[in-house]
Amino acid sequence: MYGWIWRTLPGGRPGKVLGSFVLLAAAIALLFLYVFPAIEPLLPFSDVTVDPAQAGVFFSAVGFGRS
Amino acid sequence: MSRTGDVVRTGLRGFGQTLITLGLVMLLFCFYELKVTNLVTAREQGQLTEDLTARWAEPRVVGTPVEPGGPVAAPGTPVEPGGPVAAPVARQLGSGFAILRIPRLGRWNDKPPVVVEGVGVEDLKKGPGHIPGTALPGEIGNVVLSGHRTTYGAPFNRFDELQPGDAVVLETRDMWFTYEVTGSDIVAPTAVEVTLPVPGNPTATPTKRLLTMTTCNPEYSARQRLIISAEMVSAEPKGGAAPIALQGL
Repeated sequence: MYGWIWRTLPGGRPGKVLGSFVLLAAAIALLFLYVFPAIEPLLPFSDVTVDPAQAGVFFSAVGFGRS
Repeated sequence: MSRTGDVVRTGLRGFGQTLITLGLVMLLFCFYELKVTNLVTAREQGQLTEDLTARWAEPRVVGTPVEPGGPVAAPGTPVEPGGPVAAPVARQLGSGFAILRIPRLGRWNDKPPVVVEGVGVEDLKKGPGHIPGTALPGEIGNVVLSGHRTTYGAPFNRFDELQPGDAVVLETRDMWFTYEVTGSDIVAPTAVEVTLPVPGNPTATPTKRLLTMTTCNPEYSARQRLIISAEMVSAEPKGGAAPIALQGL
């Protein structure tokens, strides 16, 4: 894949180097802006509160104030 | 060189490159979680601090309830410091309403976190969140705050260091509320009873002014929750000296 990209990029060696950097930057931007934020909730780092889903049910069951 | 050999070689090279790429993506993800999320929160906290400072500097809007749900101050009545203990606070989800300080954590207080209302994913990216419906700072009942342990600024990262007797100070618009840590516990993620006005007892009538802070435990895991319990020891109007607990910070 990388070989094919290198051969396909135009502009001789300087153009290929520049093109590679642009592609790399685009790939990283795509990951940071869209992919990582999307998969983050699937990982445990964000679970810091006692289960809010269950808490909602529990609070209504005991007549405790909700937001 | 046979044609079959070429196909096999290309296939294997592609497979190898894919694995290396996936490995790099995972490293990048670690970098994102541990570093980039901190930048996101730092920016949000800067914005929250700015908003809060501006909001606190404004004269009180006439007709704001002196206590949440309590009587509304008559127009033109200046709100006396030292009056009601519970200060009115913004309850809009995602907006900041208090500043948290914990002298035990030393330099952590250089940029004390602004506490926001709400514990949704987006709220917690901004900073520690207050579970809606639980008591407000200074009120009788249980103020429940949750915060990240390892990502998004990790405001509650060092909460395992807190010890009974440590001061936890909540600054609101008009008041300093000083709480004293009474203990810590490690509970299951489903232990919602710790957030009750009387923790563990759904039917009891609250009489104490409690503060409960939750975060994940162990670090980088969601297996358990670390719970810090505290009880209010003093409430002072702002304008005078900072609470004794904060002197020397």
